[in-house]
Amino acid sequence: MAEIIIKNLRKDFGDFTAVKESSFTIADGEFFMLLGPSGCGKTTTLRMIAGLELPTSGEIFLDGEEISQRPPSQRDIAFVFQMFALYPHMNVRRNISYPLVSQGMKRKDVRAKVAEVAKILGIEDMLDKSVGGLSGGDRQRVALGRAIVRDPKAFMMDEPLGALDAEFRERMSEELRALHDRMGATTVYVTHDQLEAMQMGDKIVVMNNAVVEQFGTPQDIYDKPASLFVADFIGSPSMNFLNFNGQIDEGATEVTLGGARVPVPLQHEHQDGQLVFGVRPEHVVLADDGALRAQVLTTEYLGTTQIVVLQSEFGELKARVDSSLPVAAGDQLGISFNTPTITLFDQSTGRAIRSELNEEALRNG
Amino acid sequence: MSYSITEPTSRQKWFAGTLVILYAVITMIPLLWIMMTSFKTPPDSISYPPKVFYTPSLEGYVNLFTTRTRVSPETLASLPPPENFAEEIVRGRDMVIAGPSKFGGRFLNSVIIGFGSTFLSIFLGTLAAYAFSRFKIPLADDLLFFILSTRMMPPIAVAIPIFLMYRKLGLSDTHLGMILLYTAVNISLAVWLLKGFIDEIPREYEEAALIDGYTRFQAFYKVVLPQAATGIASTAIFCLIFAWNEYAFAVLLTSGTAQTAPPFIPTIIGVGGLDWPAIAAGATLFLLPVMIFTVMLRKHLLRGITFGAVRK
Repeated sequence: MAEIIIKNLRKDFGDFTAVKESSFTIADGEFFMLLGPSGCGKTTTLRMIAGLELPTSGEIFLDGEEISQRPPSQRDIAFVFQMFALYPHMNVRRNISYPLVSQGMKRKDVRAKVAEVAKILGIEDMLDKSVGGLSGGDRQRVALGRAIVRDPKAFMMDEPLGALDAEFRERMSEELRALHDRMGATTVYVTHDQLEAMQMGDKIVVMNNAVVEQFGTPQDIYDKPASLFVADFIGSPSMNFLNFNGQIDEGATEVTLGGARVPVPLQHEHQDGQLVFGVRPEHVVLADDGALRAQVLTTEYLGTTQIVVLQSEFGELKARVDSSLPVAAGDQLGISFNTPTITLFDQSTGRAIRSELNEEALRNG
Repeated sequence: MSYSITEPTSRQKWFAGTLVILYAVITMIPLLWIMMTSFKTPPDSISYPPKVFYTPSLEGYVNLFTTRTRVSPETLASLPPPENFAEEIVRGRDMVIAGPSKFGGRFLNSVIIGFGSTFLSIFLGTLAAYAFSRFKIPLADDLLFFILSTRMMPPIAVAIPIFLMYRKLGLSDTHLGMILLYTAVNISLAVWLLKGFIDEIPREYEEAALIDGYTRFQAFYKVVLPQAATGIASTAIFCLIFAWNEYAFAVLLTSGTAQTAPPFIPTIIGVGGLDWPAIAAGATLFLLPVMIFTVMLRKHLLRGITFGAVRK
């Protein structure tokens, strides 16, 4: 088990830059999520850690050793592929024992080890089956078995649940998390599903366009987004953005939104020009004495809560409110916001403006 | 009867079956005729109208493998009784066996050169195809086109230069020379076919093997090769058929030590009249290795031809 430190990692494919100087640290035993839309460089980053791609520049430390230029066989890292990549010409037992055979382990020890792993994963009864006839979930279990059988220093998982049915995905994600908690192994997990990342991860790195946008706990990422991209990508429905032209000074506690004065957390830097006022739907409060006026367009009933879609002078807004609240399309309402949760962004750079709320989160991101 | 997309009607089945059998019969008749002729006696083989029913004889095979000399009836009578069936057949024609013919050696040459060049084409072709499929090679497309371009004219068009080159290099009428030549002709086909097969094998299998602690080369032969077995088998059949049947270069470049069966079989014609059963026997034996090889690999061949059409 080990800590992984990524320093200024970069990967170019010809003229195309897949990953731009990225740095982050994965603590020992952490379940670490690499999250981002497709093509953002998250899989390339994972493959560089595993040794399936060599970085153009930068360093990777595993357990204190610099490994960025070593072949994968000398890194002691296991990898779980999205399409499982079980060897089709071997049965389940041979698939799982394959990493042990390469180490030259004795046949008797291999059998014992495979049996132990099969028991953990509950696949003892299928050891002598061919992998071709297995269901998606069972294939995934075999792939996990092949990964954990040699007690590697760390696990890399490339969207391991992506090829499973929705129903099965839920169950496997619980199994995966339980397996991780039991083994305590450092795990790096790539996904484009923000919900999966929030559910399973101890820490999340959000990547976009080859750049690390933010790095932190799921709570930090959700509550204190470092950029417009993160705020938009995480959460469903995503954060509301109100564009306005204005100025904020260091120490300011309110902004002027279309004539109304709206309180915000204590600001730590000066910014002016095109700004964005970001608020999560659950922090939009429907109140007659609100500073802004809006009209209800539609409501979406979700059981315990409902999403109210509002039309304001700043465009469409979504509010998540208790479903018992009587709201109907066409209603004219006042809205206000849960002040400590507001994030302001600079529209031109897309970065969050530092404030009391996010100062600490932005420092390590 | 209701219409179904997947199930043919019994009438359609009957029609398709008849068509296939008819086609099979038509293509099989020449082969069958050659095989039948090989078991006839020389008079039966040239009788008119042709004989479909006859007493089978091994004379053709005996004549194929032996050289014989005619002797006077007195000498024949003074000889001890024949030791085996071959001698008995030969003496029936007032002759004795003088020694073995060259057919055995020529056949062996065909085996060595045919399988040797097939092995070499597949060996080199698989490595090249793997490299083209997996690695970033500068000008890869141009190189592949160049490799294919060697097949854009009939190989015999370069027969004269090759003849001169081989004479200079001392490769004329050698096994090595013929193996190299057939390999050169086959390798472009092998690279192209095999690249297609290897492209179809997901890279993740090798990557999994690399992660599991194997070297690139181990991953190649432990994981990629078994996956590519189908493609390798069907490519091998194509290569073997070409090398086995090749006639023009064999006539031009071989005459003795390395002569293969195709140029040899017609020369039987010149030995004491038209010995059709012996020629037919040679042709029949010559057909066998390719037939056996193809039948052995036919499962792979069928899958190979449709490979890539349906992904498992």
